[in-house]
Amino acid sequence: MKKIFETQAVRKLVFLALTFVIIQLLISTNIIDAYLQNTLAAICINIILAVSLNLITGFTGQFSLGHAGFMSIGAYTCAIITLRMPTMLGFFLGVFAGAVLAALIGFVVGLPTLRLRGDYLAIATLGMAEIIRIVFINLKITNGAAGLQGIPRFVNWTWLFIFTVGTVLLISNFLKSSHGRACIAIREDEIAADAMGINTTKYKVTAFVIGAFCAGIAGALYASYFYFLKPNIFDFLKSVNVLVIVVLGGLGSISGSIFAAILLEIISTFLQSLSELRMVMYALLLIIIMIFRPQGLMGSKEVTLSVFNKLGGNFRSGMSKLEQRLKSKKGRV
Amino acid sequence: MEQLLQQVINGISLGSIYALIALGYTMVYGIIKLINFAHCDVYMIGAYIGYFCMNNFHLGFVPSLLISMVVCTLLGIAIEKIAYKPLRNATRIAVLITAIGVSLFLEYGTMFFVKATSRSYPEMTGMMAQRFNFGNVVISMQQILILAITVVLMILLQLIVKKTRIGKAMRAVSMDRDAAELMGINVDTTITFTFALGSALAGAAGVLVGVYYNSINPLMGVLPGLKAFVAAVFGGIGIIPGAMIGGYFIGAVEVFVSGYGGSLYRDAVVFGILILILIVKPTGLLGKNTREKV
Amino acid sequence: MSVILNVEKLTKSFGGLTAVSNVNIQLEQGELVGLIGPNGAGKTTVFNLLTGVYVPSSGTITLSRDDNKVALQGLKPYKVCKTGVARTFQNIRLFKDLTVLDNVRIAMHKNVKYGLLSSFLHLPSYKREEKKLTEESIELLKIFNLDNKKDEYAKNLPYGEQRHLEIARALATNPVLLLLDEPAAGMNPAETAKLTELIGWIREKFNLTIILIEHDMSLVMKICERIYVLDYGMVIANGTPDEIKTNKRVIEAYLGEDVSNA
Repeated sequence: MKKIFETQAVRKLVFLALTFVIIQLLISTNIIDAYLQNTLAAICINIILAVSLNLITGFTGQFSLGHAGFMSIGAYTCAIITLRMPTMLGFFLGVFAGAVLAALIGFVVGLPTLRLRGDYLAIATLGMAEIIRIVFINLKITNGAAGLQGIPRFVNWTWLFIFTVGTVLLISNFLKSSHGRACIAIREDEIAADAMGINTTKYKVTAFVIGAFCAGIAGALYASYFYFLKPNIFDFLKSVNVLVIVVLGGLGSISGSIFAAILLEIISTFLQSLSELRMVMYALLLIIIMIFRPQGLMGSKEVTLSVFNKLGGNFRSGMSKLEQRLKSKKGRV
Repeated sequence: MEQLLQQVINGISLGSIYALIALGYTMVYGIIKLINFAHCDVYMIGAYIGYFCMNNFHLGFVPSLLISMVVCTLLGIAIEKIAYKPLRNATRIAVLITAIGVSLFLEYGTMFFVKATSRSYPEMTGMMAQRFNFGNVVISMQQILILAITVVLMILLQLIVKKTRIGKAMRAVSMDRDAAELMGINVDTTITFTFALGSALAGAAGVLVGVYYNSINPLMGVLPGLKAFVAAVFGGIGIIPGAMIGGYFIGAVEVFVSGYGGSLYRDAVVFGILILILIVKPTGLLGKNTREKV
Repeated sequence: MSVILNVEKLTKSFGGLTAVSNVNIQLEQGELVGLIGPNGAGKTTVFNLLTGVYVPSSGTITLSRDDNKVALQGLKPYKVCKTGVARTFQNIRLFKDLTVLDNVRIAMHKNVKYGLLSSFLHLPSYKREEKKLTEESIELLKIFNLDNKKDEYAKNLPYGEQRHLEIARALATNPVLLLLDEPAAGMNPAETAKLTELIGWIREKFNLTIILIEHDMSLVMKICERIYVLDYGMVIANGTPDEIKTNKRVIEAYLGEDVSNA
């Protein structure tokens, strides 16, 4: 039993290290150019957003339409701090402060509104995000509708990778714990969960605050990577985009959220030149997928690394070949 | 005092528009429990139809209004048949995402054809451009028109819902869809009819807004749509008189907040009210509390 | 013997309708008591009041544990559960899309001793506690012969096993008082007989006091030591099975309709 666990953990580690190294190589050889790097950053940020919203909506069953609001708090906090303190320390402080502030607002908003069910909660969170956006439009420190420019860029692939993997691991660890199961029980049957001794309000708020915290991190990374912010980036459509990733990947599936985030961003990059038509196609895609596969790509199932390996020795041997090739390549770079 | 009166008049005009849009949200929610995000875009399309009728075909106000209502009715029916009907038994969230998809499709599809820039409705002339001065209080012909048309449409709606067979079916389906079906009511037809009614009202609201504010663009529906939805929630979602009251209330709040110096935070106040009402009485002003049976 | 649950003048009205009125119930430690009555008599409402799902309009509910008296009225369900009162539901309310094991583990949550930080980082305390939790859950499942199905989804279990799992889940909260809402509903006579035996057995094994709502009189008469009869929200009789069988008011309440129709 222990042995299997060990090998799985090792496998996970190897897989992550490989992903990191391969992409780092592609960046340093300029195969992933500056333009594609933007896509890469957007993917990582969307993964954090989607996985954290999935915790709230997919696992705890609380329908939120305000994720962009929490993201914007993280983004503006980090931007304001790094603009005044353009050092690595300032960046970390910014990410941390942004996440904590987003979590705090999440707590304040969540405590009263999470008593609401279903659509009502969705509307309340939507209203909250709109209020946050309007406040940012009117504040001096955020430079109003024009937004902030020239935010120092500290985020590179390494930090994107660390933050993305970190948040995903923390959330999936949480979901495998008793506290996480308490959240899932609320989604399954709130009345039964309550009767089994679970403080449902506490765990709904907990999931909401963790989700907001991670959205704050995503926002901070966004600010630091794209070095430009304005309130309208974080409008209703942004919240919808995150929800779409979650539903498309499958409510209650972390790996689904990750796949969907990657897939949608790549599609959107390819369609970039089409401007309005891109949104039309995106809309059509949504409608078609919901009509033909309303449970999303993954349903509530997870793809684990062991499934990857089961997919065939082909994949494994391919991976090891790739690994070897990379190793020899590494020497040259 | 005069300023107050002027605000009331402006508030009634804006409130009428919100009420017309809110009715569509509330009827659809009442019957299939869906926040029909595409509704606000039907309203936008209505405004464009009115624009083309007046600007390109030089039709008068009334024919334009009627044509716009008819086109929007057809659009509403089409949306329901194509996008929502296949999802009748799917999860609520899947239908909601579809609604958002339809909304984006209409917005950016329209943008593709007419471009993102704003267009101005043709100048009103003759009787339509008249203004009446009472001291410092000004009432424009458009404002009278908006109120008159809204009142007429609301009375018509009440008659349809209360007095006709299909209206009775609507009420039955919104109370209990399965029971209604067992009683021989054609649920699909009833749902389609509900969409048709709501869309016709949204079309009318679109033309009225065009005439009143003059400027239209493909994304014009988003914010008024959200606010009209707030109005529907305020009055008690699913309840027709609630949407009317909510519409006028939100219109009044908005006009008063901007009239007394808070225009920057106008929308924030509306959403703040939304959150407050949800916390205090989530079922809205006229809603009744229901409890899940254990 | 000591009183473990004392319900006094419990009343609940919904609007103008009084669903439960002036109900007094006393349970002795270790008793197995039945709560019966015609449909709509207010039995499940009494359970909902006892477990905090509804807040009583008036009256008191007092649970005595080791000389400590706890007032249950007005407490939220999860707090009632923490005082040692567990229940099952008339219309099975399992966590359907979760495994059998997780259903039980969730009910043990209130005893979990590791915090949020440990759950994020899977610290040693997480591993130790999760191991203990899983082992205890499997022990419990063994009693109901469900341990070999621990990884199945609850919704895939046959109906009778779902009822068993609900009892197992309630036991996982480590109660002193167990409320069973129609545990034999939908079971055939053989299954009911087995369940009857099981209920008696878990009472001994877990040192429980049990109150159960049941329409199956074979079960009620066989294992209940005392029976409360509810009609129109009021207790109309209270006594041993033999006393209840011959009580005139009870017979009227159950047969009244037929008599008046005849």
